[in-house]
Amino acid sequence: MGSTSAHNNEGLGRRDLIKRSAALGLIAVPTMSFLSACASSSSGKDEEKSKGKVTKDNPFGVAKGGTLDVVIFKGGFGDQYAIEWEKLYKAKWGPQISHLGTQEITGKLQPRFNAGNPPDVIDNSGAQQIKLDVLHKNGQLADLTELLEAPSYDDPNKKVKDVLIPGTADKGFIGGKMHALQYVYTVWGVWYSGKLFKDKGWEVPKTWDAFLTIMKEAKADGIGGLAHQGKHPYYVNVMIMDLIAKTGGLDAMKAIDNLDPKAFVGSDAAKQSIEAMYEIVEKGLLMPGTNALDHIESQTAWNKGKAVFIPSGSWLENEQLKQTPEGFDMKFLPMPLLPGSKLPFEAIRAGAGEPFVVPEKAKNKTGGLEFLRMMVSKEWSTKFAQEANSLTIVQDGVDKSVTLRPGTTSAVAAVDACPVEQRFDYFYTTWYSEMDETIRTASAELMAKRIPPNEWLKRAQAAVDKAAKDPASKNNKRP
Amino acid sequence: MQQGKYRFVTGFLIVPVMLYAVFMIWPYVQTFGYSFTNWQGQSQEMSFVGLDNYTALFSDDVFLKALWHNILLLVFLPIATILLALFFAFMVNVGGRGGSGGIRGVRGSGIYKILFFVPHVLSIAILAVLWRAIYRGDVAGLINGVFIKLGLSDPAHPIEWLNDPDLVLWCVAFVLLWWGVGFYLVLFSAAMQSVPREIYEAALLDGASRVQSFFKVTLPLLWDTVQTAWVYLAILAMDCFALISVMTPGNSFGGGPDHNSEVMATYLMRNFLSFGKSGYACAMGVVIMLLTLFLSLVTLRVSRRERIEY
Repeated sequence: MGSTSAHNNEGLGRRDLIKRSAALGLIAVPTMSFLSACASSSSGKDEEKSKGKVTKDNPFGVAKGGTLDVVIFKGGFGDQYAIEWEKLYKAKWGPQISHLGTQEITGKLQPRFNAGNPPDVIDNSGAQQIKLDVLHKNGQLADLTELLEAPSYDDPNKKVKDVLIPGTADKGFIGGKMHALQYVYTVWGVWYSGKLFKDKGWEVPKTWDAFLTIMKEAKADGIGGLAHQGKHPYYVNVMIMDLIAKTGGLDAMKAIDNLDPKAFVGSDAAKQSIEAMYEIVEKGLLMPGTNALDHIESQTAWNKGKAVFIPSGSWLENEQLKQTPEGFDMKFLPMPLLPGSKLPFEAIRAGAGEPFVVPEKAKNKTGGLEFLRMMVSKEWSTKFAQEANSLTIVQDGVDKSVTLRPGTTSAVAAVDACPVEQRFDYFYTTWYSEMDETIRTASAELMAKRIPPNEWLKRAQAAVDKAAKDPASKNNKRP
Repeated sequence: MQQGKYRFVTGFLIVPVMLYAVFMIWPYVQTFGYSFTNWQGQSQEMSFVGLDNYTALFSDDVFLKALWHNILLLVFLPIATILLALFFAFMVNVGGRGGSGGIRGVRGSGIYKILFFVPHVLSIAILAVLWRAIYRGDVAGLINGVFIKLGLSDPAHPIEWLNDPDLVLWCVAFVLLWWGVGFYLVLFSAAMQSVPREIYEAALLDGASRVQSFFKVTLPLLWDTVQTAWVYLAILAMDCFALISVMTPGNSFGGGPDHNSEVMATYLMRNFLSFGKSGYACAMGVVIMLLTLFLSLVTLRVSRRERIEY
């Protein structure tokens, strides 16, 4: 208990204060560079690792022994698959492997990147991933071009790029070169319960009108039409963007990725699509309250039959395993078509996710590259499918003996029904984090009926224009 | 006795001061340094940009919005928390009917103290999850469920508490209030326990009502404690990071819908981590630090009074 008495005449006079702060300012500016220089200790260069002999089976010249430092995002896929991989890697090359499975990619790795001693392989994923565009700008990602050109593990006469599903490697291109191996093959769309459809006698809706009709009938029965993960506008944004790509064709999608000044404002496809989405909101076909729910809450409500449709990627089934009732029969639906669409109903967003990277300053960069090369072998890809119930970007990379669940099976059927040239995937999400965030926020506002479609288009276009101002954007171009 | 006093005290303080210097002051100094650069957070390559970050900051609409939200919290939170905590503390300590037993709290005051303090025992992450279930935006939310049962709202349009631009900030502020009151109740109780009983008895004998004895006796004698509480709560209002980032919508660190619950701390983190504008984020950190320092000084100065000895 105590405070000083109110009468002390110590402290600074006003004149002194001004003098001193001016002096401080003079000292401060030159010392800034010094301060930020010692703000983190950067470790010195490591001695060059001894190189092994470069052969067809060892294209990067990996030396036996040494060390390999692997950090894996331990999320929906767990990290058991990586532990299995490491056993196989150790059996072949015999290094001391240090393995870390974590959700805190940023917390664990940011200090290491700054200090110049990052691990050799990172599965940089999850909510706390370090954004790839940021890492790339900082020169922290190794160029993976030599990986693409290297002979593949299973068949040295084929290059790595030829054993991947066409177009999937492109998702890892930043600034015109490959910097990440996006490993998991994912499809996005809308999901429903096959059982509910059977009970109500509904047909698979291929057109937007049929889609709305089902939702209206559901509403009459006291079921919500569309649920979405409102707290994370990422999901509903996928729906909007897919609708734009299907309505306006691949050109409409590329216009957005290439930061076209008419990507949104002045694009008929974008206007038509966002108005169609707004129709769902206006007609009251959303599941009541869905805008305020997070992904687990909304998906669980959907599992309980409170809504007919929900947008998500093919990880949905794995995520909802415990909440999915017996006989639910999860089914995948490509986005239904608006009149005059350029792409057919079968067209889907399918592409690679889950970026694996090798840091530029890794101690054992060759080992990291070799690890990635082994990842796209049939053996490793099958291991992944077994442990994580997901497909990889390796062509026919999953042994037929692996059984998949109903949702994944229906997603695989959708992929098989869609020719490769009609599968599409957006890249702006990897290239321009801030633009992505802004558009998602606008989508959340639209779904909550707080902004009209025109305002959404304006905001999205403003985000595009802002991203285009960054000189670094010049290096990203979609073919 | 007097001679070695300072050396003795310094000897004891040197370790904590060293720790404080290494883990608090030095990072602040570094942040200050980084705030003049265009550091992107993932490598040590950066160049000096002078005051650019600071000028950009004050023309950044989102930052100004976040600052405004912090100011709203700063005005509302300390006043509401301290008033409620003082009232409850008074009731559980000296607000009871003075029977033959003299001065005591209302009946069951021991239980009240425990009940009020419980929220403070839980970690803030648990609180955030708990309150998300209470505010949940569909019919499964606790408040919405009750409202619908009472016929106050329509099941087809439940109130989306945390997704409503006008409500979201106050929903979070209420949680902070609920969380803070218990702690300050205990703090003020402790201070009240040290007030001699005779003073209250004298006031009672003179026929003072509860209200009078609160304003004439309790408050003046607790002023030091109230002042401390005020500074702490002001610092808390400048932060709020944990609750906002867990409870509110948005992709990285919440702050939604459409920045309607954004506070400086959440916007700082998003710039630092998601957008790779770490130098810019450091400039925000410096602004937050200066504001907090300024606030603490002002609070201590404005609320200074003559000390009452007892």
